[in-house]
Amino acid sequence: MSTNGVGASGPGELPAGGGEAGLSTDGALLEVTDLRVDFRQHGSVVRAVDGLSYAVPRGRTVGLIGESGCGKTVSSRAIIGLLPETARVTGSVRFEDQELIGLRERRMRAVRGKQIAMVFQDPARSLNPTLRIGNQITEAIHLHADVSKATAHDRAVELMELVRLPAAAERFRQYPHQLSGGMRQRVMIAIALASQPKLLIADEATTALDVTTQAQIMELLRDLQQRLGMALIMISHDLGLAASFADEVLVMYAGRGVERAPTRKLFEHVRMPYTRALLDAIPRLENPPHSPLTAVPGQPPDLGREQVGCPFSPRCPSVTDKCREHAPPFEEQEPDHRWACWHPCGLERTS
Amino acid sequence: MSEPLLEVEHLVQEFTVRDRGGAKAGTVHAVSDVSLELATGETLGLVGETGSGKSTLARAILQAPPPKSGSVRLRGVELVGLKRQKLFEARRQVQMVFQDPFGSLDPKWRARELVEEPLVAFKVGTRAERHKRVDELLDLVGLDPTRFGGRRPRELSGGQAQRVAIARALALDPALIICDEPVSSLDVLIRAQVLGLLERLRTELGLAYLFIAHDLALVKQVSDRVAVMYLGKLVEVGPAESLYREPLHPYTVALLASIPSPDPSASRRPVADTIRGELPSPIDPPSGCRFRTRCPRAQDICATEEPPLRRLGDGHLAACHFPVGAQESNQTAPALAGGAHDAATD
Repeated sequence: MSTNGVGASGPGELPAGGGEAGLSTDGALLEVTDLRVDFRQHGSVVRAVDGLSYAVPRGRTVGLIGESGCGKTVSSRAIIGLLPETARVTGSVRFEDQELIGLRERRMRAVRGKQIAMVFQDPARSLNPTLRIGNQITEAIHLHADVSKATAHDRAVELMELVRLPAAAERFRQYPHQLSGGMRQRVMIAIALASQPKLLIADEATTALDVTTQAQIMELLRDLQQRLGMALIMISHDLGLAASFADEVLVMYAGRGVERAPTRKLFEHVRMPYTRALLDAIPRLENPPHSPLTAVPGQPPDLGREQVGCPFSPRCPSVTDKCREHAPPFEEQEPDHRWACWHPCGLERTS
Repeated sequence: MSEPLLEVEHLVQEFTVRDRGGAKAGTVHAVSDVSLELATGETLGLVGETGSGKSTLARAILQAPPPKSGSVRLRGVELVGLKRQKLFEARRQVQMVFQDPFGSLDPKWRARELVEEPLVAFKVGTRAERHKRVDELLDLVGLDPTRFGGRRPRELSGGQAQRVAIARALALDPALIICDEPVSSLDVLIRAQVLGLLERLRTELGLAYLFIAHDLALVKQVSDRVAVMYLGKLVEVGPAESLYREPLHPYTVALLASIPSPDPSASRRPVADTIRGELPSPIDPPSGCRFRTRCPRAQDICATEEPPLRRLGDGHLAACHFPVGAQESNQTAPALAGGAHDAATD
């Protein structure tokens, strides 16, 4: 069943990601420091991303997890300069040795889609409905490499085989509407891989897909990543998905990072009550029918208003006056484990 | 179990596909011979992926549109073929909550008007009585009527709008609510809130739910029994506990293997071992067992003979020639521990 002798002649084997360095930021492929994104709207300022810092080591997967409006998508779009003009972006994003914030659009184009590629949630809207999928993949190849038509065609078929599109050669001439959602997402991944990126940003790439398809695509992404030594930023609302596929997890809330650790450590020692709330809200197969889920009340804060104190404090079960007045710093409080909380879970001392 | 509230028998729903000239090009076999039962106060979870026919089944139950053939009885009253006025009356007992509240609620109406509308349609009470009832309903779903009653859908968050949709569904005191992916468009924490609300309403009002979702873990959380659909067919039905503990149909096994575990140390079985390929077209479904083209256990017989939905445990039915686990004395069942047994049939 797992006949995949394809990768050997695939789109060039990149050197496998440097070692098992875990989280150390030295030699990081991407380093985001104090990233801030403001949107101006009717005189008010919406702080969509509010001082975000993290790093993506080569060849590893970082999961950016949070609910709608927590800034996970905006922050990743800021990295590749895909935000509208109304956005004001400050801070630093270093990719290899290049600073991406403030980069001219022309220079950015050499990075975006080439060294950093992106796959979005809705493959139907990302593909051109009037072009055959083969042409869309070859277009991407021509964009990044000066090759003949025949070479581009061969490489497109190779890419289609690499993402395990069944009957690749015949599919070359099909249109997007002739494919299922899962197959369209495979085409999107093939296009993203055409330039042999060092970093792939998958923004809710499997959210719109069926459960079995989602698992297949995630397994494909993990397999490709290991084979090509590519780093992956996996943006998702699903902590369960991160547990299964990410090496490191960064949980975001209200535009900030609130907890970050290697996946296993994070799930074994959840410190931030928000992460705890997210985990407790996931239905578990072990639970008997009709067992109640712990539901945290309220909603995320309005980012157009000035934040005082911890943004999660209005919803937090362990809230105290200190939380309402002072925002806790997002610091490394245990080796490789950062969190922003005055009253971390499992560490409460009797006072 | 108590008297059946809803009985669906041999329900078939098909649609004709036409080519550009208007000639018949094929038939979509959306729901094929589905039978199920729902007791008063019971929750039946209906699980399946896109194109499995679960939403079509729900609509056929409501006669919107009526099924091609088969029977739908609500408290013993046959709905198929019922005259318009009678059907209108009967529908009062069955309400629906959809996935996207912003799509299902009229954007120009205020929350109060949205909840009142079914009461007006069925001429319930006086104006003052209706207004009192609307306040009660909004309160029941956790929305303060004075704060939220005057808001339009776009002035509400997704969770709040879904609460309005639920209040609207409750207005006529239905016995059954069909929930079609009611929390799929909501964020994780809001989802838990709305699920908690649905559970509370179930116990307080004695509601029965037909709970349609693609997420197996979520369905288990709310259901007494679970039915699994694949390509228009019911492939497995059983009490929630035993269906998850001992899934019988290979498709159920694949669905279970697809759920990402929130425990990183849990050993994951690759989904590729449990299911392969793509969903076939419902216009020309595979012969015999419809799952056979993707099934790791498929043998020759699966292509020639359609497996009937048969009882294999206490209230636990499956439509499979080679059920997983196979505890029953079925000598033809291969002694597989499940897994990547590749029987090259096609």
